[in-house]
Amino acid sequence: MAEKAAIRAEAARLLSLFEGQGASVVETPILQPAETLLDLYGEDIRARAYVTSDPLMGEAMLRPDFTVPVVEMHMAEGAEPARYTYAGEVFRKQEEDPHRAPEYFQVGYEVFDRVDPAAADAEVFALFHETLSGMGLRAATGDMGLLMAAVSGLTTTERRRRALMRHLWRPRRFRTLLDRFAGRTPPPDGRAALAQGDPFAGLDAPFVGLRSRAEVEDRITALREDMATPPIPEGEVELLGDLLGLRETLDNVCEHLRDLAVDMPAIGAAVDRFAARNEALAARGVDVTTIDFEGSFGRTTMEYYDGFVFGFHADRRGLPAVATGGRYDALTRVLGRGREIPAVGGVIRPEVLLDLGENRV
Amino acid sequence: MSVKLGVPSKGRLMEKTFDWFAERGVTLTRTGSDREYAGAVEGVEGVELVLLSAGEIPRELAAGRIHLGVTGSDLVRDKLGLWEEKLRELEPMGFGHADLVIAVPKAWVDVSTLDDLDAVAAAFRRHHGFRLRIATKYHRLIRDYLRDNGVADYQLVDSQGATEGTVKNETAEAIADITSTGETLRANHLKILGGGPVHRSQATLFKSRKAAWSAPDRKVLADLMTRLGIET
Repeated sequence: MAEKAAIRAEAARLLSLFEGQGASVVETPILQPAETLLDLYGEDIRARAYVTSDPLMGEAMLRPDFTVPVVEMHMAEGAEPARYTYAGEVFRKQEEDPHRAPEYFQVGYEVFDRVDPAAADAEVFALFHETLSGMGLRAATGDMGLLMAAVSGLTTTERRRRALMRHLWRPRRFRTLLDRFAGRTPPPDGRAALAQGDPFAGLDAPFVGLRSRAEVEDRITALREDMATPPIPEGEVELLGDLLGLRETLDNVCEHLRDLAVDMPAIGAAVDRFAARNEALAARGVDVTTIDFEGSFGRTTMEYYDGFVFGFHADRRGLPAVATGGRYDALTRVLGRGREIPAVGGVIRPEVLLDLGENRV
Repeated sequence: MSVKLGVPSKGRLMEKTFDWFAERGVTLTRTGSDREYAGAVEGVEGVELVLLSAGEIPRELAAGRIHLGVTGSDLVRDKLGLWEEKLRELEPMGFGHADLVIAVPKAWVDVSTLDDLDAVAAAFRRHHGFRLRIATKYHRLIRDYLRDNGVADYQLVDSQGATEGTVKNETAEAIADITSTGETLRANHLKILGGGPVHRSQATLFKSRKAAWSAPDRKVLADLMTRLGIET
């Protein structure tokens, strides 16, 4: 394990390297108001972040990542386009794996630019690729935008598409819903009883709490409509499965995606963006024949990525990702209070980088 | 040195624990005045009785400050991360049964499963602008359970008592709490979600993996286990 002073020095080296690319150095407080993070990530973040309470600011969290405060800062006062870099500790509880550090450094690079998203994706990835070259890492990429486009093109109700979209980041739950909507599995218990008649017949209790009778009635109406909805065509479910199961190099997958788009026209625009990104990567000198693409990559992260996603991993068990990143346009919308800007970025963990260096002969 | 046995310091849980040990030939008694938390052990050599709040016993076991302890299996799971690395379950004791359940208003006739709860949470958040609140003191157990079952868009609000009342008081939309008969739930117009309880709890004798177990301590433990009829 690297010494903290060495980690700090490595972080400083990466920071100045990113600064040399034209990024402004920014700082964020370590104590973050919990409300924003809880609202974004829900209870999952409470399980992973250190929550504390301050007599004045209320519930606070030790910074679990930089992206949220950097986005907030940019949305409040940033000029466009903008490039930011930062270095510092983040804090995450490691209940599942006590061998992982609960406190570690991240050095990040974030690009806010609405002119050419493909070029911005390529800029961030190429910078990380170059910075980490020679370390023997495996680069994997994915594209949440493709999955979202595929779901939005399914032949079914808006309500079902929205339910699937909501669980895109929970693969198991997504699969359960997809199987049900495709008629592969029966509806859950209790649905049949709601199909007809007065659902309130025999109710011997008053309405308590904030959820009103009207909300219950609305849902029953929605459930009845849903029961009458035909299943999602089997062919579409299979195509979605193909997309999720893709594992090829970037150049090969582009061809495969073009083929899929013939049967799934909804992903056409996302495939065009994918191809444009490949070209932008090649223009930046990245050899796309050596970069992996995984259809499901990025689906189990807690982050808010909704487009290009990437990670650099060492082929050593138990070691966390050396670097991760991706596009998070939706996050800027949520935090922008009516404003939004396409944004992409990533972080490197200097400590993991040092550990790898030490172990190389 | 002696083997420290942590036991709930009051109430039915203490009495039942004393009965359970007595039936197996080990007499636990409180000594001194009623208000003094001191105790004695007869029937086996080298065991020291430590009277503690049931809620603190998991923590004391995990820290290795006591060797053995009696507490609810729910408390151990809720209060300790990776509890199996810190504690070993020696014997379920057959009392203190209670189910940890999630309950919603009975009037939610559209809700009978976790699947429904998830869908309602999504709609509730859209409609009200904040996450559906579930009042509980079992944060870890409930959070893990809901995550494993793919429920999103909820938030836990802490409630250390009178949890069933939070829905009527509009400080929560649903609750997660321990129940044995379900009577309090009914009285507060709530119903239990289908699909079985989150956890079936009972009083359990635990052994600390973190305590210093000297050779004499191990001998005492072996004697005690024989006495209690527990195979290890």
